Amino acid sequence: MKKFLKIFLILILSQVLIINVFAGSDGTLELKNNSKDKDTEVKDCFETVNRGIFAFNQGLDKIFFKPIAKGYRYLPKPIRSGTSNALSNLTNVVTVPNNILQGQIKEAGINALRFSINSTLGIAGIFDVASYYGLNKLDKEDYGQTLGTWGVKEGCYFVLPVLGPTTVRDSLGSLVNFSGGDAWYNVTVTNNTKYFENSDYYYSRLTAGVDFRAKNLEAFESLEKNSLDLYASVRSLYLQDRKRKILNLDETTETLNDDDWEEIDTQ
Amino acid sequence: MGRNRHSIIFSMFKTKLISIIFLISIFIIPLEAKEPSKLIAEIVNEASIILSSSDPVESKIIKLNNIAETNVDIHGIGMYTLGKYRKNLNEDQKVKYKKLFKSYFLKSFSSRLVDYSDPKITIVSEKKISDKYTIVNTVMEETAKNPEIKIDWRIYTKNAERPLIRDLIVEGLSLARTQKEEFKSIIQNNDGDISSLFKSLEEFIIK
Repeated sequence: MKKFLKIFLILILSQVLIINVFAGSDGTLELKNNSKDKDTEVKDCFETVNRGIFAFNQGLDKIFFKPIAKGYRYLPKPIRSGTSNALSNLTNVVTVPNNILQGQIKEAGINALRFSINSTLGIAGIFDVASYYGLNKLDKEDYGQTLGTWGVKEGCYFVLPVLGPTTVRDSLGSLVNFSGGDAWYNVTVTNNTKYFENSDYYYSRLTAGVDFRAKNLEAFESLEKNSLDLYASVRSLYLQDRKRKILNLDETTETLNDDDWEEIDTQ
Repeated sequence: MGRNRHSIIFSMFKTKLISIIFLISIFIIPLEAKEPSKLIAEIVNEASIILSSSDPVESKIIKLNNIAETNVDIHGIGMYTLGKYRKNLNEDQKVKYKKLFKSYFLKSFSSRLVDYSDPKITIVSEKKISDKYTIVNTVMEETAKNPEIKIDWRIYTKNAERPLIRDLIVEGLSLARTQKEEFKSIIQNNDGDISSLFKSLEEFIIK
């Protein structure tokens, strides 16, 4: 039971990153997989419940995460940048194994080198020295994305209390982190080492969430202000984002189904 | 008297002839095709001047809306965001939707932009993806408040002389697609009743 609670707590902290943005509808959302030219439907299995949880999460964000993120903004920029760099550096321990699992050997090498250089010369990742040497930052990868690249479908879309929007596949991916797939979790929580405490992991996750929220304060406010149905907007954004990350697309247009546009002739 | 009359008639004929030649020349002389990235550069520049000015917010909104009306395919976006439901609209509904969507779009557009004091947007590249579309890739510079943001503009280029913006793709997320999903959700949650969307649009416009 204690272990279950621990995992739940970790899931909460790990998902804080996406707390505000994501959520359900009638609901299916059609997304085009251009590479195979097939439509896939992501079902919003419990939309009514999901909408309730989404409202709860919004309330929680309003009274807790948003004020903290606003306060975080008052910190001097070098401190925020250093914190952001250090947290980003830590994610490499999940990205590198996922690069390998997805067959991205070159990217795995670059990310491993970046991690080594930034953790040492960059003082625990605070400074991005690797970029100075021409090893530019690459996209993050996680186990949910790896499952996606292996052809595992999203399954139901749903919203978790505090954790925010997710799919069955992405939740399974998150669980891999706590089963040995995240070296940072292993050295802080799973194994008793004299160098790290359990709390180091929880603080890092919480700080990552606040850092993300602080970077997107205006974007979220604008979304809230201009949405006719915020829940549906957030769900669309979440699923678009996951789709793009799984397909590892730089060319953003590839994620779009052009059929609808083609039909519309106004000139 | 007779000579005078002839002179007046000749003068009228000459004026008419010049007008006709002028009108014909407008249609015969091809207009110069406008590069999509040039269009974006002009819009960004215009918006930047407006946003950094000391004009009152209301004045900025009017000017920004003028830019949108000239350079954005508002009607096309409106039809796209209706998805499959656009095929079920009757003529009255089409007219009503077109009007409502335009008001909704302009309010939403200016409201999103007016919060930025002076965004610095740099054009990175452009890519023609079909005869009808070109994507212009830009980057909005990092500020004290916001990180660097990649913005791609989907430009409708069927009429090369008058390219129009059809979508903004922010960090890979399409605003048009998001809006389409939002509209779909509203209609579906009201048993496919399009008037529920009209009601939501009206509420947004007057709030």
